[in-house]
Amino acid sequence: MTTPVEQERTQPEAVGEEIAAEDRPWQTVVWNDPVNLMSYVTYVFQKLFGFSRDKATKLMLDVHHKGKAIVTSGTKDKVEADVAKLHAAGLWATMQRAS
Amino acid sequence: MKRWIRDGDVVIGRLDRQEAAVVRGLVSQIQDMLLARAEEAPQDELAELTGIRTGSSEAPDDPILGRLLPDFHRLDDDAPDPDEVNSAAALRSLHEPELLDHKTGAAEIVLQTCSPDGGEIRLSIGEAEAWLASLNDVRLALGTALDVTEDMPDELPPEDPRSPHLGVYHWLTWVQDTLVEAMMP
Repeated sequence: MTTPVEQERTQPEAVGEEIAAEDRPWQTVVWNDPVNLMSYVTYVFQKLFGFSRDKATKLMLDVHHKGKAIVTSGTKDKVEADVAKLHAAGLWATMQRAS
Repeated sequence: MKRWIRDGDVVIGRLDRQEAAVVRGLVSQIQDMLLARAEEAPQDELAELTGIRTGSSEAPDDPILGRLLPDFHRLDDDAPDPDEVNSAAALRSLHEPELLDHKTGAAEIVLQTCSPDGGEIRLSIGEAEAWLASLNDVRLALGTALDVTEDMPDELPPEDPRSPHLGVYHWLTWVQDTLVEAMMP
């Protein structure tokens, strides 16, 4: 496991960040683990969230190098559902309130 | 085993008899562990009336099951936030039955599509996705049991008791990786 670094937000959308933060009070965090394949993690991000190959690869590399990445954010229900999907895929995911 | 290939909506692989026995044996073991966990779920009358199932609210003691069925929050080992502890218990109880169904169902698809005799394996995209999830579960279980690290060498010293199993782990890694490659959009 690589050393976790300070949490990094995913790229905000074009809207103002403060508004976006209010609308997205919860975050889905994927943590690095020594077993999951880099190729598989990229595949899961693309398949579950419809991310482009580039975006999925960038998030996978963040998990790998920084120890974790915030992959989605939103309402509690949405993030809870995203974490459940990631668990079904075998990724180590948790949810947290946006700080 | 040759690498998996995709031909339109079909994903094709081939295992010899011994390889099929390894895959089937490990997938069955994980499926049995998960089914045993499902059996431990609390039975309550309200759940039977409403049809809403509740799973265990406590994380498994077993480290392998713990890795396959993670908490919904990252709890501090030494001083967990009480609110998060309660929330993690509630979320586990709510979601674990479905997660167990998903994982045991994926294992069942592998067992149905992998002949004990080995030979060619032809999978629909849905079946191939079940293989990916199930192979990943087996690798998570083996990786936890073998205490795999990111810089794990290809081989351990012969006197290391984990040495024979590590070969199986690396082989499964290769099988999964070529399946991901075949499935990548």
